[in-house]
Amino acid sequence: MVTEKEIWNYLEEVFDPEIPVLTVVDLGVIRSVELNEDNCRIVITPTYSGCPAMKLIEEEIISKLKEKGISSVSVDLTLSPAWSTDWITESGKQKLLEYGIAPPQDEVDKSVLFAEPPKVPCPQCKSVNTRMVSLFGSTACKSQYQCNDCLEPFDYFKCLK
Amino acid sequence: MEKQKALYEYVLRLADDSLILGHRVSEWCGHGPILEEDIALTNLALDLIGQATSLLNYAGELEGKGRDGDALAFLRYEREYKNLLLVEQTNGDFGKTIMRQFLFDAFRKPLFEKLQHSSDQHLAAIAEKSLKETKYHLKHTSEWVIRLGDGTEESHNRIQESLDALWKYTNEIFYKDDIDSVLISENIIPSSEEIKAEWTKTVNDVLEQATLTIPSNNWIQEGGRKGFHTEALGYLLAEMQYMQRAYPNMTW
Repeated sequence: MVTEKEIWNYLEEVFDPEIPVLTVVDLGVIRSVELNEDNCRIVITPTYSGCPAMKLIEEEIISKLKEKGISSVSVDLTLSPAWSTDWITESGKQKLLEYGIAPPQDEVDKSVLFAEPPKVPCPQCKSVNTRMVSLFGSTACKSQYQCNDCLEPFDYFKCLK
Repeated sequence: MEKQKALYEYVLRLADDSLILGHRVSEWCGHGPILEEDIALTNLALDLIGQATSLLNYAGELEGKGRDGDALAFLRYEREYKNLLLVEQTNGDFGKTIMRQFLFDAFRKPLFEKLQHSSDQHLAAIAEKSLKETKYHLKHTSEWVIRLGDGTEESHNRIQESLDALWKYTNEIFYKDDIDSVLISENIIPSSEEIKAEWTKTVNDVLEQATLTIPSNNWIQEGGRKGFHTEALGYLLAEMQYMQRAYPNMTW
């Protein structure tokens, strides 16, 4: 009989389709794993309402668990509590950085207009002399930045709280 | 009116606002004035379509007639859409799109702040999720309204014209009928007066910083909440629904 801990380990082998260095566990989108006699129920939550990766993540979870011999799997979606970048694990933040995406920093209140954008160190040369190019980036969860020292453009995983 | 029916109608109104505005904003994909704003606008559109999906699926459950979010999005006729007239207005130039979005975001943020404490848990969950996205939208559009209004003579004049053109649709944001009364009495939704006070404050603050003038003409145009739309919606639906109408039940 498979244990809940084993399921969590298997989920560590399912990767986010858009940021393939992160597992779905690193990303914090797995909210619970419930095992009963004839079914395994996984509850996931989206990072953003329109995240196009959710359907694929659901399919990949089911296919991974099937591969591990668990035939009856259901995946349900929950919206509350709403996902926060605080749920990305420490190891997930480290993996982001090594991949070249700056992990979320603590940010000021979003209602402040023209506020100084958060100081984000360059994932390449570590300089803090960087600038925000645009609040919105290649996916819903990122902003675009550029390093003023090494000139490398990079993605910043923006804070969502 | 019974509660379940009122809630269905209310959720449909919110859903249609997100869907129609999301579709409008998505028309900018590949046409933004600069690459960064093209990407920003498509991000906004994606969030709105995502919110519309959650809301339409919930409306389908409440209705209980077996229609899912897709059926509600693609297989209704114009008179069955309950969105605000504001959100269906054509994109115009970048300034008009930003002004339309700003006037809407300034309403959506306080609304979601209140709705996340709704006695209806499903609606509260959608609001809690959407609020986080809406805060980013409002910040982005407020900054652009100020940048364009307090920018060059050209940008100032053009965004002032957009404000003049859109202002007559803003009063409908606070439209109220017995659907609202039923839900307010059940603590499901906040009163529109509460939302209006916050909207007015945000709009006045930002427009003042943007050196823009609120039009003195108080003519009000409404009808969207009852399904009476401007000419603009029909063209939008014709494009949005094309595939389902031409190839019923197609999927990919």
